[in-house]
Amino acid sequence: MGMLPFAILLVAAIVGYMINLQSARAIRAGGTRLHSLSGFHGMFSALLVIVPVLTFVLLWLGFETAVIERLMFASLPSGTLDGLGSGEVQLIGAEIRSIAGGRVFGTPEDWKLAAAERLLAYEAWSDWLLIAAVAALSVALMLFARSRVAPEYRARQQVEKITTGLMIFCATVAIFTTIGIVFALTYETFKFFQMVSITEFLFGTSWEPQIPIREDQIAAEGAFGAVPVFLGTIVIATIALTVAVPVGLLTAIYLNEFAPQAVRSVVKPILEILAGVPTVVYGFFAILVVAPAIRELGVTLGLDVASNTALAAGGVMGVMLIPFISSFADDALSAVPQSLRDGALALGATRGEMMMNVLFPAAIPGIVGGVLLAVSRAIGETMIVVMAAGLIARMTINPLDSVTAVTVQIVTLLIGDTSFDSPKTLAAFALGMMLFIATLVINVFALRIVRKYREIYD
Amino acid sequence: MSDTTPEYSGAGHHGGTMDIVRKGLAKRKRKQAILQGIGIAAIGFSLTVLFILLASLVSTGYHAFTQTHVEIEVFVDPEEISEENLPRGGFRNVLSNSLGQYFPESDMSDRAEARVLSSILSNGAQFKLRDMLVEDPSLIGQTISLTVPTSDPFDQLNKGLIDRATPEEFRRLKDEEIENFDTLSELGLVSKPFNAGLLTNADSRFPELAGLKGALVGSFWALLTCFLISFPLGIGAAIYLEEFAPKNKISDFIEVNINNLAAVPSVVFGLLALAVFIGWFGMPRSAPFVGGLTLALMTMPTIIIATRAALKAVPPSIREAALGVGASKHQVVFQHVLPLAMPGILTGTIIGLAQALGETAPLLLIGMNAFITSAASSPFDSATALPTQIFIWADSPERGFVSRTSAAILVLLTFLITMNALAIFLRSKFERKW
Repeated sequence: MGMLPFAILLVAAIVGYMINLQSARAIRAGGTRLHSLSGFHGMFSALLVIVPVLTFVLLWLGFETAVIERLMFASLPSGTLDGLGSGEVQLIGAEIRSIAGGRVFGTPEDWKLAAAERLLAYEAWSDWLLIAAVAALSVALMLFARSRVAPEYRARQQVEKITTGLMIFCATVAIFTTIGIVFALTYETFKFFQMVSITEFLFGTSWEPQIPIREDQIAAEGAFGAVPVFLGTIVIATIALTVAVPVGLLTAIYLNEFAPQAVRSVVKPILEILAGVPTVVYGFFAILVVAPAIRELGVTLGLDVASNTALAAGGVMGVMLIPFISSFADDALSAVPQSLRDGALALGATRGEMMMNVLFPAAIPGIVGGVLLAVSRAIGETMIVVMAAGLIARMTINPLDSVTAVTVQIVTLLIGDTSFDSPKTLAAFALGMMLFIATLVINVFALRIVRKYREIYD
Repeated sequence: MSDTTPEYSGAGHHGGTMDIVRKGLAKRKRKQAILQGIGIAAIGFSLTVLFILLASLVSTGYHAFTQTHVEIEVFVDPEEISEENLPRGGFRNVLSNSLGQYFPESDMSDRAEARVLSSILSNGAQFKLRDMLVEDPSLIGQTISLTVPTSDPFDQLNKGLIDRATPEEFRRLKDEEIENFDTLSELGLVSKPFNAGLLTNADSRFPELAGLKGALVGSFWALLTCFLISFPLGIGAAIYLEEFAPKNKISDFIEVNINNLAAVPSVVFGLLALAVFIGWFGMPRSAPFVGGLTLALMTMPTIIIATRAALKAVPPSIREAALGVGASKHQVVFQHVLPLAMPGILTGTIIGLAQALGETAPLLLIGMNAFITSAASSPFDSATALPTQIFIWADSPERGFVSRTSAAILVLLTFLITMNALAIFLRSKFERKW
């Protein structure tokens, strides 16, 4: 049933193509010259059917659920939903839907059973209406396209106009995605700041988002001062970069200048493997191997080490960033013109001196760009910290202590039940907004540096 | 090359300078050697970490590819299980009574003792028996031979992961339980075959029954959705930007947008999906379709960038030749440039999909970490995906899930390596150097 409208659409497009193709060929066989090739007349029909009808079907399916739900709630006996919060209304909706799906728990009230039946009826109606509309629209468009087949009709131009339009649409999806991100984050963040003051969020030093659900529940009051969370992210990112920047840069220097071709051709793919390992795997590696090792080492040294240290999360994240930094640095070093290398060598510099005194300084802008992109990755990295870092926000910069991070809080606040009117859920969006702004600024800055630097040497 | 020192036999009047150079030379060379040395050390560090990573995964994960089973003769007691009550019945009692026949000295009417004995069998054993009987009720009253998984602690014991030398109070299995297991073992009833359940079972609370089928199916639907959406959109956008877009502010803006989207943290895409797809459009939670949609938005920039590079690599002579014989701009692109660029585009797409397959954070936010014990039959059913399944198992306290997690990671890495190998193969086989 669900696929039927698409099947009708596909058949209509193919049939339209064939009809137009045949009639164009018939005209041609009659000895008349056509402006466009027969195939373009066929394509014109197919595109004319597919584009509007597919848009129509997708819009219909997109709004179907919401509209049917609205109708179902409107048809409830008046007064049933009076005085209920949005969460309770959602629950009733879910219950009615599960009754309609044949999963009845206990003995529901009669009005719920009636509503479930109406829901099913609406759904059946909607399906049939959609199929009828698709069929009617397709046939109408097909006939219209058929009426256009004529010797002087510019089918090729029409087809090209439609494909250009489609391609422009594809290109704007990227813009819509950005707009979607900005709008969704802004909207939810704005709602959050209506509940929690913006100064408390940005400058407060206590983060305890577990607010009580019932009045009498013993839980924290709910504090949304995000400073310790930001601090945790900074601590972990700093550790990661302390590992990744030196190792990555030295790797790039060695590979770029000193490594024999054989070593290069082995090491580069291995680094690519390291870059392709999913972050969830690094996270598991951190809890399986690195964290216990650090803890054991700390115990032998007589240090007080938490079980999920910032050091473990940051160190593993650093390993993840090594290939990222080394490939950027390698590119930047390779982009330095050969004349600079030759000049330095001709003056009698050793290759090491040439690298450290000429190549490396010349490549600095590109390398800085790459390191900045690595910073933005480090603060946006999620799975490693979710698995290996802590949950409790502490104001500490001790790498052996357990700290939390922005992304950890986003994930833990949103896993499980989410209702869009609790500050707990909305706090995640506010954190997401901060993360988005921070990474956006760093990325724009870094990309600008990288691009500008490329232009200098090109 | 600076490695070789030229021999100046007759230094002549340059002798002073050469002496200064010679004096410093050894030090300078040492400096270069140190630089090379720490470079090699840096590479060695990366290689060591990668080696430890793989070694730890393999050494913990290989255990999960076998599973301890016991084979027991089960007398299906008609007093406990009757045809009219199916699928209900006293399967557990039947199993523990059957197990009792191997332990003549133990008293199966003592409930505590019976419980200790039947703890050897996995909790899934009774469901296996039930399913067999529902399929063929004529087995009631007969004695059948049943091979079932043991529960996780005994599986660990059999694989040597529980040390018998540990004092009893620190061990997960008491001496009595180990003796019971050894009795079965001496009777030759214990086997350790390949664990097909790892790939054919769905998720379970019990490690010995948990498998990846649900996750594999979920990942398949999500990747299919991701491909169907991001591939056409990405190619369309790339062709427009590379071949047709006028050089103006709007095109620049789109480009900046795409480059930035490629660097937006994945968790932000998860927030977008949660707020827009689930919150506003009312799409179902935990559905692979929504996951695929989110992954498509993330994969699109990768595909666009790869496609543009592939289009750029097609030499202008092809375009000029096609234009010269009277093709329109569209015909040039779609009939000549695009087919030639296809291998490059496919390579980029496969690499993008491989990244999407390993992506976890956005899937967590849209609820694909739910506990679901059956595989999804459509992209709109609730499901998990491979990486989220790894996350769930890594979070589970039972010891048996450690090796399952590593095994799941090995499965995931196998898929990633296969996809990347395919991409490399396509590139080397079909890509032309002009």
